[in-house]
Amino acid sequence: MLLREVSYARPGTVDEAIALLAENDGARALAGGQTLLNVMKQRAASPDVLVDLGRLDELRTISVSGASLEIGAMTTLTSLIRSSEVDVTRPILAEVAATVADVQVRNRGTLGGNICVNDPTNHFPPLLVALGASMTIRNAGGERTVSAEEFFLGVFETAVGEGDLLTRISVPAAGKGMGDGISGVTLGAHGTYIANAAASVADGSWRIALGCVAAVPSRATAVEGKLSGTDVDEASARAAVEGLGATLDPPSDVHASAEYRRSLAETSTVRAVLQAVEKARG
Amino acid sequence: MATTPVFDQVVRVSVNGTTYEREVPARRLLVHFLRDDLALTGTHIGCDTGSCGACTVHLNGVPVKSCALLAVQADGAAVTTVEGISEDDALTPLQQSFSDHHALQCGYCTPGMLMSAAALLDENPSPTEDEVKVALQGNICRCTGYWNIVEAVVAAGKGAA
Repeated sequence: MLLREVSYARPGTVDEAIALLAENDGARALAGGQTLLNVMKQRAASPDVLVDLGRLDELRTISVSGASLEIGAMTTLTSLIRSSEVDVTRPILAEVAATVADVQVRNRGTLGGNICVNDPTNHFPPLLVALGASMTIRNAGGERTVSAEEFFLGVFETAVGEGDLLTRISVPAAGKGMGDGISGVTLGAHGTYIANAAASVADGSWRIALGCVAAVPSRATAVEGKLSGTDVDEASARAAVEGLGATLDPPSDVHASAEYRRSLAETSTVRAVLQAVEKARG
Repeated sequence: MATTPVFDQVVRVSVNGTTYEREVPARRLLVHFLRDDLALTGTHIGCDTGSCGACTVHLNGVPVKSCALLAVQADGAAVTTVEGISEDDALTPLQQSFSDHHALQCGYCTPGMLMSAAALLDENPSPTEDEVKVALQGNICRCTGYWNIVEAVVAAGKGAA
């Protein structure tokens, strides 16, 4: 399929990439391209300038710094799956990466791209909210760090604005007494989600984020409060989640009615919480 | 000082061991570069939306969908297409296994299936049935002839082990 005419630049440094994004109207960063090129075919996105981040190896690093796992925005999902740093510090990231699309897409698709698209059905936005991740964004004026909740602003919208570049995702390293879980229903085995929930527990303190029920991942704060500091088992998880669906206003579409999504959100939350409990036990 | 974005760019790509230098529009997809500019029509276009995997090639040894990649992104890379996996028109053990197991019906998805399977066997010479299924997840067969394809890849792996 023929794309609309577009111009192209391949910067060799992050500074150059930022300058290109700032200086050119209609410029857009091209990461792995597994979403962007396909929506360009559909004319759902029509950037005038593509700034190819493919040569910015400094954005492909994974490292552990103190108690934080630092992931370059251009890290491919395949690299996440194979990273010993991820495996040791926050293995759920690799487990989730392995369920995105297929081998070819994972070889090109990046973590930064997955979250900058912020499709509400994508895997990583709710997970990163539950994990308490933060994102580092650079522009010509300098660098700022935002929490995952501040990062996701709306459908296809994030805190990465004009002239901005997401450079890094920081995830707290897991320790003793911490556990993560994610559960949901997808379109096909490794398809996008219809509804999901990600849960993370650290010493009895919970973070739970729901996917596909709103424009951005939504925290289930009431459930978090009920679970907090308690010894969670299946019965108490079910009791804590009771009524969660009624507080949500999810969309209805060809895949699921709003009512079904409310039900899936509750069931997914229970399952994610129980996974996290199991993992926290070690 | 940033470089100026351009509409056309010269790319140097090694395809199946031959280096090609061509000026291409930035919007040209790698699959069109391979098929239209280089006349390597073994790489097929199925869905053109990154879903079916018929256009799978190896980029620096790694399977990717060439309809979800711009030709300019492959600048400086080594690409292998289905034309490049065998030498002297002889079938590779994997291709022979596809033939032996009747692992194709209409054959349209076959180039992509072969490239995904070849990449798997490069990394894992004796994959299990489940490993083959995961490796082929990005390749759709509209004839739904998956069973024989999986068998062919498992058998090719055992043959190579």
